[in-house]
Amino acid sequence: MNVTKAGGALRGPRGVRIRLEPEEAALVRVLMEQMLELLGERPGEDGELAALGIADKAAKPDDPVLARLFPDAYQDDAAAVEFRRYTEMGLRDGKRDAAATVLGAVGDARKGADVMLDQEQAQVWLRALNDVRLALGTRLDITEEWYEEAADLDANDPRTPMFAAYDWLTMFQETLVRALW
Amino acid sequence: MSGMSMSTAPAPVELDRPDVGEDRSADRPWLAIVWNDPINLMSYVTYVFQTVFGYPKPKAEKLMLDVHHKGRAVVANGTREEMERDVEILHSYGLWATVKRDD
Repeated sequence: MNVTKAGGALRGPRGVRIRLEPEEAALVRVLMEQMLELLGERPGEDGELAALGIADKAAKPDDPVLARLFPDAYQDDAAAVEFRRYTEMGLRDGKRDAAATVLGAVGDARKGADVMLDQEQAQVWLRALNDVRLALGTRLDITEEWYEEAADLDANDPRTPMFAAYDWLTMFQETLVRALW
Repeated sequence: MSGMSMSTAPAPVELDRPDVGEDRSADRPWLAIVWNDPINLMSYVTYVFQTVFGYPKPKAEKLMLDVHHKGRAVVANGTREEMERDVEILHSYGLWATVKRDD
């Protein structure tokens, strides 16, 4: 994977160019598809409130990945529920859009990917990548010592490919942030 | 937080909400707090603080290090509505943030 600063007339002074090998594009594609599945479809907009993005009621998700993507904003339960009612649908839409944008860009994964992004488009990618990394990290129960733990894994452990993907995403995200700085 | 080396959001809709009596009491501002987690990259958190709050990089980095070393840090203060908006944007970036009344 290669991420370089790519300024110029079309993309503005702080754009980036992202190039992915076919296997990397394939990984990104799978991860974004999984994220879209996790986030689900936008619920039907029955009623005025739903059309404004306000839920009837809202509880913290049971799925630990969704709970991490949509954490409580207050330590007080009642306030947390109210905040969630007003914000979760919109947040979900944003995350859905980001994943869909990246998925659209990697397109035909067999060819790899070569995209030019302006600062704002690159931020969409950053958020989408971070969401996917949060999801993987939560599933893996990542701790600060994950790197050492991953090194001890048996090659046949089903978590090994997940750690490998997490490791690669870490590098990708780090590289993208540094190119945007 | 994690680090390899040392290191448009969608605009939330502004909504009218019924006033809670205590919001009108003067002086005590509200705070936006960011909590440490083992997943988010230090570089990413710093970049988010710069992007969302417009903080210069040294300030963003200092706040990130506070989160990392102390477990949490106050990243902004203001009205309750402002803090809720900030926290919502931080959630869109995948940070774990909460709103709290200053005490």
